[in-house]
Amino acid sequence: MIEVDGLSVRYPRAARPALDGVSFTARAGALTAVVGPNGSGKSTIVRTLLGRVRPSAGTIRVGGVGAGGEPGGEPGRELRGGPGSEPGGQAGASSIVLGDAPLDPVRRRALARRLAVVPQREEPAFALPVRDFIALGRHPHGRGFGGETAADREAIASAAERAAVTPFLARSTAELSGGEWQRVRVARALAQGGEVLVLDEPTTFLDVAHEMAAFELFDALAREGRTVLLVSHQLNLVARFADHIVLLQQGRVAADGSADEVMRGEVLESVYDWPLVVSRDPAVGAPVLVPLRGRGKR
Amino acid sequence: MNSRVALLTALLVAVAIVSGLAVGAVPLSPGTVIDGLRGQGDPVVRAILWDLRLPRVALGLAVGAGLAVSGGAMQATLRNPLAEPYLLGVSGGAAVGAVLATVAGVLAPTVMPLAAFLGAMGAVALVLAVARAAGGASDPRILVMAGVIVGAFCTAAIMVALATAPEGTVRGALWWMMGSLADATWSDVRWVGGYVALGGALLLWWGRDLDVLALGEEPAAALGLDVDRVTWRVFLVAALIAAATVSGAGLIGFVGLVVPSLVRTLGVTRVRQALAVSAGVGGALVVLGDAVARRIVTPAELPLGAVTALLGVPFFVWRLRAAAAR
Repeated sequence: MIEVDGLSVRYPRAARPALDGVSFTARAGALTAVVGPNGSGKSTIVRTLLGRVRPSAGTIRVGGVGAGGEPGGEPGRELRGGPGSEPGGQAGASSIVLGDAPLDPVRRRALARRLAVVPQREEPAFALPVRDFIALGRHPHGRGFGGETAADREAIASAAERAAVTPFLARSTAELSGGEWQRVRVARALAQGGEVLVLDEPTTFLDVAHEMAAFELFDALAREGRTVLLVSHQLNLVARFADHIVLLQQGRVAADGSADEVMRGEVLESVYDWPLVVSRDPAVGAPVLVPLRGRGKR
Repeated sequence: MNSRVALLTALLVAVAIVSGLAVGAVPLSPGTVIDGLRGQGDPVVRAILWDLRLPRVALGLAVGAGLAVSGGAMQATLRNPLAEPYLLGVSGGAAVGAVLATVAGVLAPTVMPLAAFLGAMGAVALVLAVARAAGGASDPRILVMAGVIVGAFCTAAIMVALATAPEGTVRGALWWMMGSLADATWSDVRWVGGYVALGGALLLWWGRDLDVLALGEEPAAALGLDVDRVTWRVFLVAALIAAATVSGAGLIGFVGLVVPSLVRTLGVTRVRQALAVSAGVGGALVVLGDAVARRIVTPAELPLGAVTALLGVPFFVWRLRAAAAR
């Protein structure tokens, strides 16, 4: 579970906060999508989860409930990054709280064993064989000079299989198409093995078939009990797959609920500032957003 | 690691050692070298080998290994194949420290490395200050730019120091600028080798973190790394190693740039393995470069830094052309 509670983030010299009191919960066993226009604060939530920005107020709690937590996790125990941290907290406890203070290295690794993130942008300095790249997902599980364990090898093979990248494990990351690259990044996150998966626009560069396959995979991962939080601009696919949608506008929650509750014409038109209609897909029954041509104010 | 690459590296190091011991004002055959190392044969040859050439070769191996490992670690940390101690101003800072000590007349062998260390650390602090002023102390691109600026500043500082230095000290100060193994002693070998071995071991220990760091800040953070802390920890150790090499042999450019890049083209992609191979290749390159520097204008010697640059620049142009062709 990911519980975002009153989260506010302000970048230095920014005119307005990137996030302003955002609260929502991404449940275990469900696919939660965060959508909204460019600059609405979607990726700031991900960057806060990564510890790359610190909230000025509020917290994010990454819990181990639902999917069972880490083996041995005790429900109700917390590891805090902000004031009020439990100095004696252990890495295996059931929830980790990200606040206005950084996590120490031990808790950071504990978080990475629980929470896998596919960031929006990634440009490695040097090319790697695809298998080596996926194997880096096991980093939070190992230390020092230790080599790959049997569990590592199994996790890598399984992640490659699920992300459909097994056929090109021996290729270099420099030789991959945009779509293959995105799938390899998802495979690395799966190899990380946590019960919480966060993906920031993971279907960018994917063609229709690969995009559908990716959403099917995210849906299946959620059905297995994982918490899946997806940041996406693909509103129509989100409406078909997501159990819960959080719509952001200028750092605030504009709507929060099921696809039918969020995908309403007047709400989306106001948030995106573009004329549109929302109809219903006759084949699948999900709401479908249709932006109208030539009538925008931009 | 590819065993063929490991074998090739070992062979290259062996060839470099034999060449380094055989080449010089008094050329020695491989057989004579082996006899001399076993304590047999002409006492003069034994003295040449044990007192002059062996410390020179050992220092060359340590300096080359240190520069290559330092360059490889900086490239992974800053995610920039152009990052290396010479271009980042770290070596320049060390040379400033050494030149200032020389100009001030402090020539004690124990003080020189300390002055180089202080200079290198001053350069690191300056790089950090410039990067912070530019608003990106943890942004690799800004750090590289800050390094180039500090490097240029160090060169200017050395020029000013030399222009105002007493005549007798200029030659000594120039030694730091040109790079040389000519004055190598076993004490230098112990001092430089110790720092390179210790720092190199730390960088190898952090090899997994460096692999992750090379992915970028956000992916590294997603994999549980404290990006800023690891970046500065690695950078400081790499800078210390580079300072040790400057204190032992002056400024030797391009080794830290060329060797890690060459090793990656051999298919060694994981940082820990790449650093281990780079240490061998870097050591061999400096020893072979020194042999060339001694052989071309015998009995005089070319500056080692000039020889490594002459070898490194064409290689770098070739790498740029290969990258552009892809």
